[in-house]
Amino acid sequence: MKPSIWVNMDTWVRHLVPISVTIFLLLLTAIPTHLPGFAGIAPVLPLMGVYYWAIYRPDLLPAWAAFLVGCLYDIMAGTPLGVNALVLLLVQGVTASQRKFFLGKSFMVAWWAFGLLAAGSIGLSWLLVVILSHQVVDALPVIFEYFLTMGLFPLLTWALARTQMAFLKDV
Amino acid sequence: MKQSGAVGRLATLRLLAQRFAFVSLIIGAVALMIVGKADILLIERTRAVVADALSPILDAMSRPATTIAEVVESVRELANLRAENARLKAENQRLQHWQTLARRLESENVVLHEQLNVIPDPDPAFVTARVIGDLGSAFGHSMLLNAGARDGVRKGQAVLAGEALVGHVAEVGERSSRLLLLTDINAKIPVMVESSRTRAILSGDNKDRPKLNYVAGNSVIAVGERVVTSASGAAFPPGIPIGVVASNSEGVIRVEPFVHRHELEFVSIVDYGLGGILPFEKPPVPERRRRGAMVQE
Repeated sequence: MKPSIWVNMDTWVRHLVPISVTIFLLLLTAIPTHLPGFAGIAPVLPLMGVYYWAIYRPDLLPAWAAFLVGCLYDIMAGTPLGVNALVLLLVQGVTASQRKFFLGKSFMVAWWAFGLLAAGSIGLSWLLVVILSHQVVDALPVIFEYFLTMGLFPLLTWALARTQMAFLKDV
Repeated sequence: MKQSGAVGRLATLRLLAQRFAFVSLIIGAVALMIVGKADILLIERTRAVVADALSPILDAMSRPATTIAEVVESVRELANLRAENARLKAENQRLQHWQTLARRLESENVVLHEQLNVIPDPDPAFVTARVIGDLGSAFGHSMLLNAGARDGVRKGQAVLAGEALVGHVAEVGERSSRLLLLTDINAKIPVMVESSRTRAILSGDNKDRPKLNYVAGNSVIAVGERVVTSASGAAFPPGIPIGVVASNSEGVIRVEPFVHRHELEFVSIVDYGLGGILPFEKPPVPERRRRGAMVQE
């Protein structure tokens, strides 16, 4: 039997969840927190979104979506356009090509791999910003940003896993 | 057998297409960086349009966050009520002394202005905007504001919190704009030390305290001196307070701004009718004249 139009629409909307959640994470990062010193080292939440979906549902957050989220990130953060687009695109590509390695592995493995990937991507964006602005940007806040991102990874992964269970269990 | 071969070929083709798409996206990102570097108007417009589209969402999302921050702040204030009260009493005493002095100087100033027929500075027009987006990033210090070209905001205008300068407008959309803070690595502002009138350039480096560069002359700058804007470059009117000199070691002078990034919620975008801080613009291409036209002249 052919599925009815409502079932089709339901599936379609559910398939939009990974992209929407990643954009939501981006908007969440942009909220002014009014915390002293926090703004300079805010964690890179969209990075975790792209990483998570590249492992578990690469079909629903493909490379172009990572590119798009990266462009939005650049526009909102005021970084040179293309920097985060390239970084998130590479994270998506690398993770999705290695996803067989992650499936069925423990959480610690995912955390460890994310540590490597986040170091690479934050380092790459630092390098690109330095090249594009012709000025050496202080690396200390970048390192803090990295550790904060690493520290929030378990919480975010838990939230993303709950989202996946809630919306994308059988579609 | 024949069918599985076709399926296999189809899968290979699909894989190739995916690889191709990925590589072209990488090239696209690099191209965006190069084009963005050339400061093409199209990129700037695109940035403004996307920021405009996002601004209502960001506006809505920033409101509850502000409420939470206010609650946290009031709890903290309650805890420090006694100490704060003692501090305020001391400050009030000090300020009352200053008030007397200021009244006397003001009346004196009015008389002097009249005698010299000084033309008064025009009252600047301003709009008040809310900070709706602060995408914390280690690579730059900027914020999104909910006022844009339709509210009269122009590129380069000064942004003040209270009386103090916090930055200038770097990008303008229809209903949103980007505030580039003093501490951003791209911010360069002509300033002077208030007491000695020594001119310098305040340049941010993504740290909380921007540096004083290109200090004119050999004057000694002491810790605690006030730094205000200077009229150099006709960017801002002179005398807008910025901060105080916080440290001076090994030739690196750092300024502690009066207003910190996390305190910003409402800011005023002020139009002094001056050029403001604008990025260096290329001189217009000279018109090509025809030989005949030149002869005619």
